[in-house]
Amino acid sequence: MLDGLRVVELVGPDLWGAAAVAHCGRILADLGADVQKAEPPEGDPVRRVPPFLGERGHPDRGLLWIALNANKRSVLLEPGDTARRVALLRDADVVLQPSLIVDPASADVRLVVVTLTPYGSSGPLAQTPASDLEVTASSGSLWLAGEPGGAPVRTSLPQSPFWTGMYAAAGALLAIIARRASGHGQHVDVSGQQSMVTVHPPAAVFADVAHEEHMRLGPNLLGRSIVGARFRNIWPCADGHVSFAIQGGPIGRHTGRMLVAWIRERGAAAPRLGAIDWETFDNRTLSQADVDALEAEVGAFLGELTKRQFFDGVIARNMLGYPVADAADIYADEQLRARAFWQDVSIDGTTLSFPGGFALFDGERPTIRRAPPTLEGLLPWTPSGTVALRAR
Amino acid sequence: MSPAGPAKPATASPLAGLRVVELGWAAAGPLVGTYLAAHGADVIHVESSTALDPFRSTYPPFKDNLPGPDRAAMFAFYNAGKRGVTLDLKQPVAVGLALRLVAAADVVIESFPAGTLSRRGLGVDVLHRTKPDLVILSSCNQGQTGPHAQHPGYGSQLTALAGFTQLLGDPARTPVILYGPYIDYIAVGYGVIAILAALERRARTGQGCVIDLSQYEAGLQFMAPALLEHDANGTIPTRAANRDRVAVPHGVYPASEADRWIALSVWDDAEWSSLCEALGDPEWARDPSLATAAGRRAREEWIDERISEWSRRQPRASAVTRLRSRGLRAAPVESVGELFGDAQLAERGAWRTARHPVIGEVRLMAPPFILSDSEQGPSRPGPLLGQHTQEVFRGIVGLDAAEYAALEAQGVFK
Repeated sequence: MLDGLRVVELVGPDLWGAAAVAHCGRILADLGADVQKAEPPEGDPVRRVPPFLGERGHPDRGLLWIALNANKRSVLLEPGDTARRVALLRDADVVLQPSLIVDPASADVRLVVVTLTPYGSSGPLAQTPASDLEVTASSGSLWLAGEPGGAPVRTSLPQSPFWTGMYAAAGALLAIIARRASGHGQHVDVSGQQSMVTVHPPAAVFADVAHEEHMRLGPNLLGRSIVGARFRNIWPCADGHVSFAIQGGPIGRHTGRMLVAWIRERGAAAPRLGAIDWETFDNRTLSQADVDALEAEVGAFLGELTKRQFFDGVIARNMLGYPVADAADIYADEQLRARAFWQDVSIDGTTLSFPGGFALFDGERPTIRRAPPTLEGLLPWTPSGTVALRAR
Repeated sequence: MSPAGPAKPATASPLAGLRVVELGWAAAGPLVGTYLAAHGADVIHVESSTALDPFRSTYPPFKDNLPGPDRAAMFAFYNAGKRGVTLDLKQPVAVGLALRLVAAADVVIESFPAGTLSRRGLGVDVLHRTKPDLVILSSCNQGQTGPHAQHPGYGSQLTALAGFTQLLGDPARTPVILYGPYIDYIAVGYGVIAILAALERRARTGQGCVIDLSQYEAGLQFMAPALLEHDANGTIPTRAANRDRVAVPHGVYPASEADRWIALSVWDDAEWSSLCEALGDPEWARDPSLATAAGRRAREEWIDERISEWSRRQPRASAVTRLRSRGLRAAPVESVGELFGDAQLAERGAWRTARHPVIGEVRLMAPPFILSDSEQGPSRPGPLLGQHTQEVFRGIVGLDAAEYAALEAQGVFK
């Protein structure tokens, strides 16, 4: 799709910025751009992040590194080597950077300069360092996750570099499209904080229009009721958890009808669910006591099922709901296999089954054409402990 | 504020002159169009009063808590910057009109379950024949092919199927929800990227493009390291509350105010020293075993308790200022309501205000990237139900007044 587009990734010492830049570059590389990394002698800090392939610490074997850097080339660039950097950028269309290494105001007039920082490259927090935790904290999304009254919690796999890198790719492409008409590039200034603000719009709409602050509610959902009731969305099952909710609308009512039939098929009783007229059911107006009573029956039923039984059941009945899948469940998913989602890639002698491209274009999925670049060819590797993970 | 260097002419919006027809509801399809509209595209959202968008009918909040299609704030937010038309696609004459609209478009976005539009006579093959250089994005739960292609789903639950929920919460407890239809917004970002890449190719080659985007597969891009970890090492990544694999300590600590929290992470031994200074060099922190990451890791819970004892005595703002002044990574955990007053977001113009004719003043969200030389929206909320039906079908499709009136009388524009 982007054949002929030349992208250079500049790497700084900060892990968050390096990961965000790398994800943006990966997206453009998957779409066919020629993406060239410029790494300092010690390598991209993402290379040092555990876990490692085979649990063997090595700068080519970090699994975050491997995930973010397929389809790219890399060269060595000393951080102070301005002349070589300028030379490297001479033929580039886009440069991705984790700070204002390249000044957009004095860059080549055709160059699209994309800067990915935790808070944006101007404003009161422009120079403030942050990792995924602080970026997420500043965006409202940390506030919304956790048990009521308890500390907010973060997704254990850092997410904000992915979000920021994704939006940076969109911004870069808009600037490339704009350049067709204007002949000149521009600065695309991407904020991690603002990227994470986009992941919970309903909470913003409630705060703005209803002056209602959404809170952490453990496994429960808000935002379905006009009387403030919460609905459970995550349930224990026989071998893990499943996601299911009492919902309204045509598909939600169908789901309710099918649930009652399923409970009866299994010889169980659900008098309150069974008494509902699903034609007229309106989840928006149920009191919390009504919801709790219905959910007691739902919980008793779901607790008896395995994740697999639940998944097969909702697919067969065209109901809303999915298991809370783990990585093993995802690799076993027949839908992904049927769509040839996975692609084998050899990394340092081991074949890994990579997640495939994010969409099919004219029936074809972007492929991984190139394993992530190795550091070893560039300089000798010396083992380094956790303390040196982020070069200063 | 004007940059040094060669003068650059001010640019119009990058997508000025681009026309997008959008068939879909809720978040995952329509928000793609919203990003295109924010960058100058003329996005026409096609809907029907005979089968309302759940964001108009089912989902609060509504103006004054009274449901109604034009009182629904979610629809107004998610469809900012678009024109809106109503068309009852169950009627063949309406399908013909939709195709005439598509013939005048560059991009079609559709987000119904796989097969829905084909049954209405608006399948991808028909759209492609209508305009061969069209860029068509089909975005649905599980993709257009495969045994689960027809399965309906909401993003809040697809987020669980894609592995995110498993990674959120205390490892000994039921996972907590990742707020909202998290995965939908990932699919939105990738949908925008897919369309822009296809437009860039079209500009080079003249070719259209048919894009099949599975919201599930798009979401899995953000799970790639955890998936590869399982494939490489046979482990099952799970939730770890606020622990990190590198930083230690790494947590969220209570401030002196009720339900106010401080996020803080320490990435190396030098930062640990800085933290000890910021805490006032307490006796407990002088333990030499804590000087290394491995030593801190061995007593992480105990360290968290000590930091909490300190933080409970600090107002959130002053604690964060103190930690940041020593170069540490620290931030207030902001509630969503607080974001409207956040100085950094204000500096970036992250929130736009606009007047909705029924709801009143509403906040809209700007894209999280600023283009230095291009205009960016949104500047107006989503359309009222059928607000632009007449202007679009007369102005773009070319119906004359009598034709339009006759079709309206037949109930085509419902």
